[in-house]
Amino acid sequence: MNSSIDLVDMRSIRDNVPSFGPGDTLKVHVRVVEGNKERVQVFQGVVIRRQGSGARETFTVRKVSYGVGVERTFPLHSPTIAKIEVVTRGDVRRAKLYYLRDRVGKAAKIKEKRD
Amino acid sequence: MATKAIVGEKVGMTQIWDDEHRVVPVTVLRVSPVRVVQVKTPERDGYSALQVTYGEKNRRKLNRPEAGHFDKAGVKPGVRLLELRLDDVTGYEVGQEIKADLLEAGELVDVTAVSKGKGFAGVMKRHNFAGQKASHGAHRIHRAPGSIGACATPARVFKGTRMAGRMGARRVTTLNLKVVESDAGRGLVLVRGAVPGPKGGLVIIRDAVKAGAKGGRS
Repeated sequence: MNSSIDLVDMRSIRDNVPSFGPGDTLKVHVRVVEGNKERVQVFQGVVIRRQGSGARETFTVRKVSYGVGVERTFPLHSPTIAKIEVVTRGDVRRAKLYYLRDRVGKAAKIKEKRD
Repeated sequence: MATKAIVGEKVGMTQIWDDEHRVVPVTVLRVSPVRVVQVKTPERDGYSALQVTYGEKNRRKLNRPEAGHFDKAGVKPGVRLLELRLDDVTGYEVGQEIKADLLEAGELVDVTAVSKGKGFAGVMKRHNFAGQKASHGAHRIHRAPGSIGACATPARVFKGTRMAGRMGARRVTTLNLKVVESDAGRGLVLVRGAVPGPKGGLVIIRDAVKAGAKGGRS
């Protein structure tokens, strides 16, 4: 029964998603349409959440822009995302990094993962 | 009334993207080809409908009246018999198969199914009552309905007063759902929005009867 859902989902699911998780810093290349022109905008920040599964999976990226925290949630398989680039791997102990919202400056820094 | 109808099974919900990269919530329905067992006409039966069956059932498991009914029509026995009410049944004949390619993308349909049963439900869930206060002296009446009528006049509770009771598990039709995609090869139909009933439940899909001149919502 579920295989039929998968069949429908398969078409929307992209295969060029790098493996990333909460704590990682990403560069998300977003397609922006202005009038009839399309250009790519980069949104760089820390992944604070990844939720859902299949075609419905989403992730949230947080950055601090001019002193203001900005969070953007993307559907993982959205066609508006041109590319996802992993900049750094973060060393974190939780799946949801909501605690970053209450921290500023050095306290909000995430350790880089050492292999 | 409807001009065409078909039987299916609710597979579940997911989402797809449209041309403008917007998310479209869709329900996936698996449509099964149906076989006409009996054609009901206004002259003979007082109304027009198609009695159809779908799937397969072991002949051994049929009782005598069922077996006779299928034999008379010369149709392979199916899981169950259903009636599809249609405006005009002149084009149909007994034994004919109605295929899954009946529906096309872009058209509006109505989907009928038996909704999920909610059991004995209170007034807040069943009739969207507001309930009562959480505090300020409220004592064990937080989800109670409140007054159900006046006192000596009329000295009774009016018929039809909304109260707690059995909810769900009744036949519900969702009107004017847009067919986003129709995949006759795999027998899948994607309609925009939700459809009553559980996954795996039986659904009847017919063309929209109340779409009107505007063609319903987009």
